[in-house]
Amino acid sequence: MTRVQKLALLALCAVLLVWPAFGASDATVSVLADAGIFVVLALGLNVVVGFAGLLDLGYAAFFAIGAYTYGMLASPQFGLHLPFWVLLLVGGTLAALFGLLLGAPTLRLHGDYLAIVTLGFGEIVPQVFQNLTKWTGGPNGIGGLDFPSFFGGSFGLRALPYYYVTLAVIALTILGVRNLRASRLGRSWAAIREDELAARHMGIDTTRAKLSAFSIGASFSGVAGVIYAAKLSLVSPELFQFQVSVLIVSMLVLGGMGNIYGVIAGSLLLSLVNFVVLPQANGIASALHIHVDFGAYHFFLYGAILIGIMLFRPAGLFPDRRRKEELRPAAVVPEP
Amino acid sequence: MSALLQISGVSKRFGSLVALDDVSVAIDAGSIAAIIGPNGAGKSSLFNTVTGVYRPDAGEIRFDGARVDGLPTWKIARAGIARTFQNIRLFRFLSATDNLMAGAHARLRSGIVGAFLHTPSERREEKALRERAREMLRFAGLEKVADADAGSLPYGSQRRLEIARALMSEPKLLLLDEPAAGMNPVEKTALANWLREIRDRGTTLALIEHDMALVMQSCERITVLDHGERIAEGTPAQIRADERVIEAYLGAPA
Repeated sequence: MTRVQKLALLALCAVLLVWPAFGASDATVSVLADAGIFVVLALGLNVVVGFAGLLDLGYAAFFAIGAYTYGMLASPQFGLHLPFWVLLLVGGTLAALFGLLLGAPTLRLHGDYLAIVTLGFGEIVPQVFQNLTKWTGGPNGIGGLDFPSFFGGSFGLRALPYYYVTLAVIALTILGVRNLRASRLGRSWAAIREDELAARHMGIDTTRAKLSAFSIGASFSGVAGVIYAAKLSLVSPELFQFQVSVLIVSMLVLGGMGNIYGVIAGSLLLSLVNFVVLPQANGIASALHIHVDFGAYHFFLYGAILIGIMLFRPAGLFPDRRRKEELRPAAVVPEP
Repeated sequence: MSALLQISGVSKRFGSLVALDDVSVAIDAGSIAAIIGPNGAGKSSLFNTVTGVYRPDAGEIRFDGARVDGLPTWKIARAGIARTFQNIRLFRFLSATDNLMAGAHARLRSGIVGAFLHTPSERREEKALRERAREMLRFAGLEKVADADAGSLPYGSQRRLEIARALMSEPKLLLLDEPAAGMNPVEKTALANWLREIRDRGTTLALIEHDMALVMQSCERITVLDHGERIAEGTPAQIRADERVIEAYLGAPA
């Protein structure tokens, strides 16, 4: 990093830390916190898809597992009121375990087949939460979750504390995934992505490496789920439908798979569309007496974005150097 | 003295196709051995069986005294058998240095926790590894392309890089599948010298090769396969004079 870049980054951090506390409305901070949660999700999925090259279309399942961990263990549901900070770890750990559970049967699968199985897992998990009415409140979910507290002060309904927690988690996530990427494990993921057979000949236990990618990726999603549930003070199955998985994958594709900062940018851009542009589009349209529900056009919009990206920037807006090369048509090497 | 690699009576079938039929080969520590034979003789199948890509249907393989047949490829690699491939299989979009660092995977210790937290011991290991990769680049004559994508290198350099990557695991035995394929005569001579240098550093070599000049010059023992069977075994002089070998290559005299 050059000195200018470092200064810019420092300035950005200062703004992110100070502005929401003094200059922004609660609604704005709430949107920022939600966007932040999706940054964590995108960074976590990037470990699985971007680093290890395993297409996971059911990533929202781990988000749900994290959220329901908080929903069930910090609410009147069972009268359990475990502390938020402990549940952050529990949610992350549980999601990681389920990552292993999903990973184990899918190890022999590649590409489309893997995507289909993970998609199935993503469908099953919210279904299970919906049908285990006794424990999960069924379709209504669980409401009135505990407010987290920090040294005795309750978070309450204000968005600001959640925002800061999210910011801290993002910082740790960036640090973690950067370290992972440059590590022995990260190299083995890159090796598997490029040539699994050669990777095995390097002494890489590909089973273990893939499982660790699934599991580490899932753990970020679990942590994000705990924060999300606490912030909403509610969990319900409909929050974790397939479209959430699609949204997160879209963030990666838009930003540039594999590239940590590209993924962050992609995730912020789509959150902007999701949380700001679309809701306001509705307002503007109804003011003009045009009765179109732009919210219903989410999928249309993602589809259009994805098609546009595929056509004009197949490696994303901010491509990872390696992945960009991998996606070049000329790079397809025929098997002799 | 028992051999470093002892392949005894190994067979491998794919449906009705017999890729290897009761093949026995012994490779002594410190030697350069060659496996030759016409196309489709089962040479690459033999390498694939030794490295656990295929499971032999019969026979046993001992490496350094221990059975390795039936073990997964990564365990065999960790036991000390490295290889290169007939159709080069570098990590094309990683730099030459990263390829070498990935090649050393089996010799490193740091795990998930070290990776996540970038612990001091992980940092030390990575630093030493980078230094080793630099030395290896120099040994392979590739120091100028350290940061280039492996896939962008000229063919001869890719062959050398693949061998260098295999050496990063400090193997006892290195299997080379047609290392001289596609090289010009100058590159071939350099390769032959380099292979002897590698052997002198303590790595036993076994190569599949079609270039007879290279084989006859560099190798002490030659095994000849034809239609999955071992038809001859001996020194270069013995092989040159062997009737069955001549027949396999040139066809039976009319």
